[in-house]
Amino acid sequence: MSVEAREARQPWILLSPALSAVALLLFVPLLFIVVYSFWLRTSTGADQVGFYLDNWQEALTDAFYRDILLNTLKIAGITTLVCAVMGYPSAYFIARSRGNKAMLLLLLMLPFWISYIIRTMSWINILGVSGALNSLLLSIGLIGEPIQMLYNEVTVILGLVHFLLPFMVLNIFVSLDGIDTTLEDAATSLGATRWQAFLQVTLPLSLPGLAAGGLLCFVLGAGTYITPLVLGGPTDAMFANLVFEAIITQLNWPLGSALSLMLLAVLAVLVGIYNRYLGMAQLMKGLG
Amino acid sequence: MTGLGWHLIRGYAILVYLFMFLPVAVVVLLSFNASQFGSFPMTGFSFRWFVELANNDAILRAFRTSIILGLLTALISTTLGVLASLALVRYRVPGANLVSTLLIAPILVPEVVLAVALLLFLNFLGINKSFTLLLFGHVIFTLPFVILVVQARLVAIRRDVEEAAMSLGASPIQTFFQITLPLMLPAVLAGALFAFTISFDDITGTLFWKPGGVETVPTQIFAMLRNSISPEINALGTVMIVMTVGLPLLGAAIARTLSKKSGL
Repeated sequence: MSVEAREARQPWILLSPALSAVALLLFVPLLFIVVYSFWLRTSTGADQVGFYLDNWQEALTDAFYRDILLNTLKIAGITTLVCAVMGYPSAYFIARSRGNKAMLLLLLMLPFWISYIIRTMSWINILGVSGALNSLLLSIGLIGEPIQMLYNEVTVILGLVHFLLPFMVLNIFVSLDGIDTTLEDAATSLGATRWQAFLQVTLPLSLPGLAAGGLLCFVLGAGTYITPLVLGGPTDAMFANLVFEAIITQLNWPLGSALSLMLLAVLAVLVGIYNRYLGMAQLMKGLG
Repeated sequence: MTGLGWHLIRGYAILVYLFMFLPVAVVVLLSFNASQFGSFPMTGFSFRWFVELANNDAILRAFRTSIILGLLTALISTTLGVLASLALVRYRVPGANLVSTLLIAPILVPEVVLAVALLLFLNFLGINKSFTLLLFGHVIFTLPFVILVVQARLVAIRRDVEEAAMSLGASPIQTFFQITLPLMLPAVLAGALFAFTISFDDITGTLFWKPGGVETVPTQIFAMLRNSISPEINALGTVMIVMTVGLPLLGAAIARTLSKKSGL
């Protein structure tokens, strides 16, 4: 073998373990559940191999699934919006601060490292019947009886925002930090007010970061089932809860496959639109 | 920058920081509560919940499972990830963008979907819910993070040091082990730490993959939440916070010392 041929082969030797892992543990399984979603789970619990449209018909036409899918998109949308509203000024503060930026960013990213389940359940300590907020309101005499503030849609969104905000801040920060601050100065020296300079120069330049953060928050938010289980009530199930129910509780794996693929398809459309207009590079910047 | 606007932004940012930290602080505070209910009012300062924790067999078992799983995940994921990152950073790979996207794919797919696909496929192949399935799941889920972190750090290593070693007569393998690997060590450690932390914290996939009776720390906490929030959970939360925040900080410190020693 020539030297060039050996050189050309080397990277593929290095890449092959990781690529095989992704192929065997992600892509082939995904193709497998596509096939599986056309099988039938019979009443005996055995799978009937074949090409049945029953699962898809159920998943696509049952109003129950459609409502929960819409509700999931709504919750993910509100969560993303709240993250943007809370995250943008914070990211702006960090990026334009004269203090130790790295430290400020690290501090806000710290909760990212704290266990997701702990952060989620920590809200029970705050909002529960015997939580901090109720104790406070009782002790100052504002209420006579503890109020149940937990286990509704608002607390699900609250938990999701608490979980996802660091992703948003990081992405906005990365793009704000890359903007030359002299641009804003130039705008003001040409007669724009600070606010105009921000709206017309800085904000448009930081939109890619905002979009990347928004996409991450939306996709991660729409795929969660733990937060609704811990902080939601019986009627606050999200779409991933249905998947969990079908697979783990009802053991109807073909139906679970169809539901998983539905969720994947909806989110893939969003990622596709994002990729079409902004490209994946921005997303990688925020993740690295 | 000064002025009223800036003060408003700063005040707003402080509120956001409080929002992020207050609930966590309350967990830590309540874990030292002497009262037998995991709630307010605080009745005194006590370590009793940490003592109970240390005597709780189920929790200790969960810790053992999580740590073994995390270490094995980190080992496999980092090995695969470092090799792939080397290829992507050091060679001109045709279709490098596509390869990168394929390798990152496991975090672009919602974790629930990944969990379902892996569970059903491996079950079809005869691998039931087991530690093996958990390990496979955690490896594929952490691999993209390792690749992103390692790649970012690898770019910073200068190639001419290696070329100097080779021109002085070192073989490629000698060069790798004596020059490249020591220089890469901070990146490798950072990747491994990332993989361990993500594996240790994972619950979304783990609930699908774990066999009955086996619990990791997050699934154990989740199971305990079904009853009510006990002070023990807060104590466990405090331990987790110390671990998940302390470990990366420790790792960053080690990486800094190592990279200082290697003169970069």
